[in-house]
Amino acid sequence: MATVSPALDAHGHADDHSHGGHHEQSFISKYVFSLDHKIIGIQFLITTLIMLMVGGALALAVRWQLAFPWENMPVVGQLFGLFRTEGGQISPEFYTMLFTMHASVMIFLVIIPILAGAFGNFLIPLQIGTDDMAFPALNMMSYWFMWPAIACFACSFFVAGGTAGPGNGWTSYPLLSDLPQAAPSSGSPQTFWLIGLTLVGVSSMMGSVNYLTTIINMRAPGMTLFRMPLTIWSMFITAILQAFALPVLTAAGFMLVFDRLGTIFPTDIHSVFFIPANIIVNNAAPTVGGGQPLLWQHLFWFYSHPAVYIMLLPAMGMVSDMLACMSRKPVFGYKPMVYSMAAIAGLGFIVWGHHMFTSGMNPALGMTFMTSTMMIALPSAIKVFNWIGTIWGGDLKFNGVMLNCSGFVAMFIVGGLSGIFMAAVPVDIYFHDTYFIVAHFHYVLFGSTLFGVFAAIQFWFPKMFGREMNDTVQRWHFALSFIGFNCTFFPMHLLGIAGMPRRYADPYLHGYLEHLLPMNRFITISAILMGFAQFLLLGNFFYSMFRGKKVGRNPWNANGLEWTAPSPPGHGNFDIAPVVYRGPYEYSSPEAEAIGQDFILQTVPHVKGVAKITHH
Amino acid sequence: MKKFWALFFFFWPTVAIISCVIAPSRGWWFPSPPMSRTGVQIDGLFYLILIIVTITFVATQYVLAYALWKGATKESGSKALFSHGSHKLEIIWTIVPSFILVFISLSQLDVLAEIRVISKFPEKATKVAEVTARQFEWRIRYPKPGTELTTVENPGDLYYVNELHVPTGKPVIINLRTQDVQHAFFSPQLRVKQDAVPGLVIPIWFDVREVGNYDLVCAELCGWGHYKMKARIVAQSQSSVDKYLKQLEADQNADGTKSEAAASGDE
Ligand code: HEM
Ligand SMILES: [Cu+2]
Ligand SMILES: [Cu+2]
Repeated sequence: MATVSPALDAHGHADDHSHGGHHEQSFISKYVFSLDHKIIGIQFLITTLIMLMVGGALALAVRWQLAFPWENMPVVGQLFGLFRTEGGQISPEFYTMLFTMHASVMIFLVIIPILAGAFGNFLIPLQIGTDDMAFPALNMMSYWFMWPAIACFACSFFVAGGTAGPGNGWTSYPLLSDLPQAAPSSGSPQTFWLIGLTLVGVSSMMGSVNYLTTIINMRAPGMTLFRMPLTIWSMFITAILQAFALPVLTAAGFMLVFDRLGTIFPTDIHSVFFIPANIIVNNAAPTVGGGQPLLWQHLFWFYSHPAVYIMLLPAMGMVSDMLACMSRKPVFGYKPMVYSMAAIAGLGFIVWGHHMFTSGMNPALGMTFMTSTMMIALPSAIKVFNWIGTIWGGDLKFNGVMLNCSGFVAMFIVGGLSGIFMAAVPVDIYFHDTYFIVAHFHYVLFGSTLFGVFAAIQFWFPKMFGREMNDTVQRWHFALSFIGFNCTFFPMHLLGIAGMPRRYADPYLHGYLEHLLPMNRFITISAILMGFAQFLLLGNFFYSMFRGKKVGRNPWNANGLEWTAPSPPGHGNFDIAPVVYRGPYEYSSPEAEAIGQDFILQTVPHVKGVAKITHH
Repeated sequence: MKKFWALFFFFWPTVAIISCVIAPSRGWWFPSPPMSRTGVQIDGLFYLILIIVTITFVATQYVLAYALWKGATKESGSKALFSHGSHKLEIIWTIVPSFILVFISLSQLDVLAEIRVISKFPEKATKVAEVTARQFEWRIRYPKPGTELTTVENPGDLYYVNELHVPTGKPVIINLRTQDVQHAFFSPQLRVKQDAVPGLVIPIWFDVREVGNYDLVCAELCGWGHYKMKARIVAQSQSSVDKYLKQLEADQNADGTKSEAAASGDE
């Protein structure tokens, strides 16, 4: 496998010398407060993988309650002080905390940072052929701002004496999230949650400024925009989305904090951005105010709809790269792929209202948002067709990377199609806030993004650690995760059609939902299977880090610049500064054939005697 | 092994389709046929989208699986097809889906307008009650028999909790509001859902086609007791509703007190 392209043969020995001109670094500055984008990327990756397990554990607790309502949790029920008061039983307050923190951890501490933080950091400089990010110190800070955020989220579990963490959903709609009297969780836990959210935002913002600058300014000679791998395009577009959408969430977060000033220090002074007059919560005095709770929903979704694409686009880009490599074919329709990502990003800013179809906003707005939402399914569809076009006729390698990427495409189709039901306002009136939505966003966020990430971990692992992961384990991990995933989330569409609302601690209280208990048990058992399958990934990851088979620079015979650097690249990345002569997807091209391979690195100059290709 | 994986991608969409086909007979489908006129329309639109989506699902999944199958059965070492794409295909698969999507959008507009645009509410719809959500119950206020419902309380109004009586066979309007946080009025059998937003009074209309009891639940997270905001909508003939209200009035007056406290009971 360890083929080194002809262009590199002469330098193949350079691996050990890549540190060349750099002075020795201490352990702390090399691995802890590192300025090296690769170390920061790996720090993000390991942190987010651990958070993935935390979020997963919270999800399984949610599932336990839905399958065995009010029964004591086995094992863990006795472990945590949190449960002990109820003798291992999940209380309704605790249940609201479980799903709130599950979503918050998964979205803000796993999906967003694993894509932009881990893979964005690791891949951007390597794929555009530069030695590091534009602002290495800012980059380091973007990682270290994650920790106070994690600390705030962790504190929010405990500040109210362990009786209630934040329990207002990841969407945190006022007034529940605004008036501290509204619920035990709406006091200081909610404040900690908001501060944690703001800190994650700061981290993302520092990252996106860095990515934008780096991609615009630091591309290797010859790396024109349309020679960039789709991963880089996706990271670029994602960074734009972050940079424009995030300030709105941060502002909304501060507005909510100001409405809740009394939870930070004893004062009666606070703003009323979201608080209307004459609201009586829990027999407290009526509120005084002239605020509008719907304002929060508009601001929140103005960020959070683009954010769902922040949670997907990078995976789309990476999957395009990996599918091309594993099919030994150029990406089908490179430019349509770029334009459709740009269209998704652009349209992504004008569809936020589709989360508010039942909120009572003006029906004329509902019609507009419906049309724009339908239109956003179009670029999504175009991407699917192009991925299938990429696979079509390829010389496919059925390894873990390919399987996870195919899984990504298959699952994205489901998520995109279920979106259409909910984009149709009258139909969404029925489906809004039911399990149909839960099925939809797990198909896009887990089914697509996470399967894409599973593939990306295996694909770029050799570049990160100079060793490869065990492919058999990866394929088992894929099979178990894929089966577990579909058995968990496909039936949720049916629960949604049956009218089961989300965020219910005990749906069976309602006669029309009683008969759904067996299905919920089935879902929970599948979810447990899927959860435990993740230990295969983690085990494989950490084992291979130290014991995996050593590989050379380009174990996959891929074309990108990262594969011309040593594995792992030293500080400064490249031993020979790369110059780019072609696009990243010239697999099986006549020029590649002329040099006796089915790939041709971006650094290989035009091969004499072969007609130049002018596709782009 | 390669073929196994290709078959895997044929296999799962097949299972998915089968599970949807058997779902209605196993009770994994709508809780009941639509019990309101707008519900009938909503279901119609749902099935329209379901057909389009099912065709797309089957086509794309099987083409994907077939592409994998082609790769799996390819002679090993044979060269991959070298192609950067096809302008013609891109045009086709941009234009065709966009027509379908525009068609779906347009097909929704009339029903949406009918349900939500206040000036299009049925002319003879009567305002029967105000429903006020609060943690964690539904408070119902009927106007004093013979008077009109207004947004402010009037002496003689009738109060009840967690049970809403409406006449069948004619459109009725409910004024929806909340006393505390946001809730949502959801009746799965009637296919009605509307958020109750703090500070707003939102009118909703529906007509119930058959006599019966229907669920009223909360569909917007409103705190720990969100799941237990259980109420029912009792649909009965106009004369039965009148009788019910008369009885309610008698009970309330016999009580001798301003009835809100009495009617709302414990929480
Ligand atoms: C084909 C394109 C898509 C369409 C038409 C679509 C449509 C919708 C609609 C209308 C809703 C609101 C449903 C409701 O609350 O009643 C929704 C919710 C959601 N969508 Fe999508 N969607 C699409 C793709 C995606 C993608 C790609 C992602 C993520 C990567 C995503 C993530 C979500 C999430 C997380 C929610 C739920 C948020 C919440 O209420 O907690 N969607 N989608
Ligand atoms: Cu959205
Ligand atoms: Cu509720």
